[in-house]
Parts: sequence; C-alpha cells; structure tokens
Amino acid sequence: MTLLLDSIEAVAEAVREGPRVLPVGAGTKPALSSPPAGDVVALDVSGLRGIVEYDPAELTFTALAGTPVAEIEGALAQHGQHLPFDPPLRAAGATLGGVVASGTSGPGAFRHGGVRDFVIGVRFVEGTGRLVTGGGKVVKNAAGFDLPKLMVGSMGRLGVLVQLSFKVFPRPRATTTLAFELGSLEAALETVARLGHGPLELDALDLEPPGRVVVRLGGDPGALGARAERLAGLVGAAGPERLDGDRDAATWQAATELAWVPDGCRVVRAGLTPRSVPALDAALRAAGARTRYSLGANAAWIAWPDDPPLARLDAALAGLGLAGMVLTGPPDRQLLGAPRGGAFAARIRGALDPDARFPEA
Amino acid sequence: MPRADTEQREPPAGSAVGALRSLGLGPRLLTSPAALTAFGSDALTAFHQRPEAVVLAETEQEVIDTVRLCHREGIPFVARGSGTSLSGGSVPVAGGIVIALNRLDRVLALDPDARTAVLQPGIINLDVSRAAAPHGLAYAPDPSSQSVCSLGGNVAFNSGGAHCLKHGMTSNHVLGVKAVLPDGEVVHLGSDSVEPIGPDWMGLFCGSEGLFGIALQITVRLIGVAESTRTALAVYETLESAGEAVARIVGAGMLPVAMEIMDALAIEAAEASVKPGYPKGAALLIVELEGEREEVGADAARLDELLRASGATQITSTEDPDERALIWQGRKSAFSAVGWLAPDYIVQDGVVPRTRLSEALARIGRMSAEAGIRVANVFHAGDGNLHPLILFDGSEDGAVVRAEELAADILRLCVELGGSITGEHGVAVEKRAFLSLMFSDDDLALMRRLRHAVDPAALANPGKMLEPAPAPA
Repeated sequence: MTLLLDSIEAVAEAVREGPRVLPVGAGTKPALSSPPAGDVVALDVSGLRGIVEYDPAELTFTALAGTPVAEIEGALAQHGQHLPFDPPLRAAGATLGGVVASGTSGPGAFRHGGVRDFVIGVRFVEGTGRLVTGGGKVVKNAAGFDLPKLMVGSMGRLGVLVQLSFKVFPRPRATTTLAFELGSLEAALETVARLGHGPLELDALDLEPPGRVVVRLGGDPGALGARAERLAGLVGAAGPERLDGDRDAATWQAATELAWVPDGCRVVRAGLTPRSVPALDAALRAAGARTRYSLGANAAWIAWPDDPPLARLDAALAGLGLAGMVLTGPPDRQLLGAPRGGAFAARIRGALDPDARFPEA
Repeated sequence: MPRADTEQREPPAGSAVGALRSLGLGPRLLTSPAALTAFGSDALTAFHQRPEAVVLAETEQEVIDTVRLCHREGIPFVARGSGTSLSGGSVPVAGGIVIALNRLDRVLALDPDARTAVLQPGIINLDVSRAAAPHGLAYAPDPSSQSVCSLGGNVAFNSGGAHCLKHGMTSNHVLGVKAVLPDGEVVHLGSDSVEPIGPDWMGLFCGSEGLFGIALQITVRLIGVAESTRTALAVYETLESAGEAVARIVGAGMLPVAMEIMDALAIEAAEASVKPGYPKGAALLIVELEGEREEVGADAARLDELLRASGATQITSTEDPDERALIWQGRKSAFSAVGWLAPDYIVQDGVVPRTRLSEALARIGRMSAEAGIRVANVFHAGDGNLHPLILFDGSEDGAVVRAEELAADILRLCVELGGSITGEHGVAVEKRAFLSLMFSDDDLALMRRLRHAVDPAALANPGKMLEPAPAPA
C-alpha cells in the first residue's frame, strides 16, 4: 500500500497514526524505498516538491525533500552554480531527499566532498510523528547536535525527510576529461595514489578496472590546456584520450546515471580504502560482477549479477572490514559487510524511533 | 569574575577520589587543591569549577577504565585536552572529575597513499600537519589556537578555522572515531574510507560537545599541500565596504581558501602584540587563494580587479611564505592581542548569511556606540562567521553584565538575520540559554532524548549545550 502525501502535516499524521511506514520519493533506489514487509506502508513524498528559498549570492538553497535533483540543478545552473558532488541518478528522477537518505555521492565528490559535506540543514518527522529541525541555513553552524549529517545515509529509517538546506559552489567555468589506459589494476591504483597527492586539484578521479583511469579537471578556461598537459606528464602513460565538450559531459553523465550497469544486476555502493581494492576486485571478478571505482578508489559502484547470491558479496565485504549499501532490487537487504555504529547506533535509533515505526535496515 | 556553573549537583555519595584510587594511577591522579584549580577553567575564564580529581590518562585503557568507574559510581566527568574552549566546553561540574587526555598524543598510523592518519585525541592540531608534511600532506582545519588545541577537542566541538571557507570544518575531515560511550562501552563510528555507508553516526558524534562520550582514536583525511598560495591584503575606509567586497567575491563565483576581515581596533591590537605590519585603515580584508599555480595565477588577476572595483584604497599581495606566516600570526593572535586594549573581553561567535554581513556589521557598530562599549571585529568573512570582541574592565561596577547584555543582543541579531549563535566555538555553557532562539521545544526535546539514550545518567560533560530539562508543569 502507498499513501500519497502532499503536506508536512500529512506526513506527520501518517507517521503518528498509520501502521509502520517507509518514505519513497522517485523510487530510483528501490532496495531502500520499497516496503520490505507486508505491514509496512510506503509514504510517497514526491508531492512535497519545490524550491523554498534560493539566493544565488548566498550560495545556499532550501527545498522540499521530494524535489527532483534535476530541477534544483537546473535552477543552480542559471546562476553558474551547482552541487559539486554529482548527485547520482538525477536524470532518472532522483529526489533531494533520496540522495540524502541514501547518502550517495557521484564522482565530483572527489574534490570538495560528498552529500554529507554540503547538507547544512534538515527538517524531518521522527518516529513519534513530531516535525524537528536540525542545522540551519548558513554555511557554518555549530549549534546543537549535527542532525543533518545523521540523516545522510539514514535510508528513510530514522525519520521522514521533508525539507533540506544545502550550500552550493560555483560551477567550474570549463571542464575537460583525460582517460588513461594503464594496463593493470596495480598500475592504475598506483596512478590514482600518485594523482591524489597533488599538486593538481582534480574534480574527479575514477578507475574502470582493470586499468583505465578517468580524470576530470575543472576551472579557469584559460588555464585548462596547460593543466591537462601537466596531468598527462604526471601520469606518463602514452596518448591519453582527451574528452572535451559533449564527450566530457557524456562521460560523467554515464557514470552518474550508472548507464554501464547491465540489466538484471543489483547496484551496491561500497566504501573502501585504496588498499582494500585488489582483494575486493578479485572477489568481484570471480563472481562476474562489474565495478567502477570512484573518489580515488574510496568508493565502489558494484553491479552484482543475479547469481551468485548477494550473500557472497556480503561475506567478501565483511572479510575486508568494509560496508556496502544495496540500492536496487528487492528490499531484502540494505546494508552489507561490516557497517559500523554498534551500541551508539542502536541507542540513537531507539531515541528517534522509540515505537519502531520505521523498518530496520 | 569566576562563578559556578548554574547546573548545581550534589557531590555523589561516597568519595570520588577514594573510588579513583582503585585505578592505581599513583601520581597521575591529581587531588591537591592547588593542582585541581588549574583544571577549573578553560579559555572562557568567566566560568570556574574546581573538579574533585584529575586523571592524567596515558593509555586508552585508562580512559576506558576511568569512564567505567565513573559510570559505576555515578561520578560526572569531562574530558579535557588543552583546555582552549571559548564556550566553557571543558569546565568541570561540581562533584565531578576531569579526564586529561594530553598524554595520549601519538600518531598511531599515517597512510600517505590513502591520505589518512589515525591519531590519539590529545595530539595538538598543528602536530598532525607536522607529521603529514614530509609526505606533502596537511590536516586542513586550522582553528586560531591550532598550535595548542588538541584534536579530541576539535572533534567534540567540530572546530573551524580561517581556511574552512574552502576546506570545511573538522567534521568534514574526520572519517572515523573509536569512542568510549558514557557507560564504558567502546564503539567504532565511521570508517577508514572517505565514503561513509549507512547513517552517519560519526557525523552525529562529531560536534556533540562531549555529551556522547570520549574519542579514543580519530581517523582523519589529509589533503595535499597546495603548490601555490597567494595572500592579498586590501584596505577599506569602512567595515561595511569590506563586507561588501566579500559578497562581491563570493558572487563572482570565486572560491578563495580564506577571507578574513579585521577592523581598526583589531588591527591596533595585532600591531601592539605580534606586529604583522598590516597597512593602516578602518578595515582590512585578507583574501587567500591556493591551488595549482595556473589556477591561482588566473584567479589572482580576477581578484585584484574585484578588490579595486570594490573601493579598496590600498591592495598588496604576497606569495612569500614568511610574509604569509606573519599575516596569519597577526590574524590568529587577534583574540589574545585585544588583551592589550582592555583588561577583559568576551569573544562572540555568531554567524549571519554572508549577503547580510554589511548590515550586521553596521548594526553591531550602532549597538556598540549606544551601549558605550568598545567592540573589536575580527572574523571569517567568507562564511559570515563574526567574532566581535566585546572589551570591558571587569573591575568596574556592572561592566560584566553590560558586556554580556551586548553579547546576547549580538547573538539575537545573528538569529534574526537568519544565522546561528555559533559557527565554530560551540554552545557549551556560554550559549546554552540561546539555543532556544534557533530551535523549537520539539527540536530541543529530541536532542535531550538523544543525549538521554546514550547517557541516561547524564555523566558525560553534564550541563553543556542542553539546559536541564524544564520541570514538568
């Protein structure tokens, strides 16, 4: 069952009075947003939509949680601004609330940080049906507990997001992309580590296994050519492929929209350390999964096939002390591997949702 | 003018000191009144409360054992690093103890390829960057007190600094924390990865002002040291025009790493102490660019144009590391330097939307004139984080109260303009009465519920951030 809700009051009432509930926006990450059990009702909050406040001179905006990210990006682009972390699945319709609840950041998070680094304020309905506010609307704020960060990655299971405030950054005035074929995962990881050290400030640093490293540069149009040459010199591999204009945009659009994921695969997002990549990659290859490493090999987008079962990925991640979040497929699992939090997580969850109104991950 | 914290507690039954002796710490358990007095205040000296005892911990296990004993015996505790809090964050509670973490100051691991480090909480902020420097890396958050403040305190208060404008606050650089909860349970929050998975428990712990327990190990991300840095100084005839210049730079889509403003009084104080040789004027704007040399070169030309167009009467800039160091030394010593201008001062830490900076400065100027109290302004202009320094002489009758009233009015102004009561110093004791300006009863009730869930006995840094719950009607 799905309840269509178009006001904050209706959300509060549904949480207070209905059966167990789970919010859903555009449904682009169904493993998180489909009700996992018969007694859980989906709260469709896609009607809570619209930009509440956007002052380009302030570089901040506030929007209702069901607002599609694409709508927000459109408004920002008119003023030469953007959310630099490339919110994933925006062309597929992802909402701002869904991006926060899934905690997903795209390749652009490499330079300036991800969704957790840009969200500055939140309003949500907690488990007793009360509307609460955390953070604020200014870019710097240390008042009270940092509830905006807590809601990042909360999977709709700590509260129903209804409104969010973000800081934004100026959009780079020009971008270009260089792709290098390094031949092996080992060589690609070595290059990723070297580039991560600087001195070049890269907008994105992705690795397509086994050996392709894709780098995006953004900034002053006059300086871009010289910087691209420096980048090529730094990597030292012969003949990088230079992708400009539409090809630059298309490259990152495909990464952000997960266009490379084969049909029938489940998408899992994992947090990594670069050191854990060789062992993880071996396990993924053995299972026939396809993978794209992002954020300088700190994150993996994994396309897991129908067979072997997801439990094998769960075990592989756990064995390496890593955690993953399942984004697509049925809502049988949300977290894989070794997620952290322990007793702290249990106590905070209990305080936010004392009557277990939201399903557990 | 020391005074006791307002949340009075009866000392717990039995002797805290007696129970602590069982930990076998020998001389590292301080109990003499003379030794304890030094731990009674932090950098907000208006508040003082002598603790019952101080534990000088040397190992994680000693911190854990001490917390467990406090839990068992019902003894309130506050963790303390260097005691540099400007909001009273590490002021002890009556009948409670201090767990001093200064000796837990090691770098446990540093991975230059992953650009991460695992650190103990007592390490000095600047020592993290010193340890990373041989690898061409640095730890970005740089509070003005970075040469003395400890990382554990930075995490507890989500400290900022001048270079937050581009790099973000402490919380944006901490990846993981191993912490002991107030009942002695040890938890791991976050991870070693830049990419968090699942609810951001670590993000909630960071900035919780010690109310959720004590960080034992902190994993941070390091950044590459920029190859090029250029610092510009611009002089303005009024504070408001300097504020307008900041709005113009932000509006032009530039992303400087720092933008700071000092007024004539703050410049005078800096010149009286560390003598940075600032140009004279009513207001000084410091703008720092850093990054690749091609980018900094291109931005520098745009910046100079913007500064000229904004009415600066004098513009200088430097890429010389020694000159830059002196500029920042002058800026970062400004709080202590106002001690040259008046016997006492209150530092405020309000935030306003940066488009309303000029308006806020003009109104603070009028409020200062009306109250007949001098206010020096030195602040992180790029993110709207004001630090008015309210100067007074505590020996004058009623001067403290008048200064506090002005400080309170400034905080109300910040909230009225759409900002915050604190950008980076935290709420702690100093501003907890003002939290309700920003948050509703339901918001505050939830924060109390979170605190209660983690620490039902309210033993970890009690009396900070959240006022005691109102009595039931």
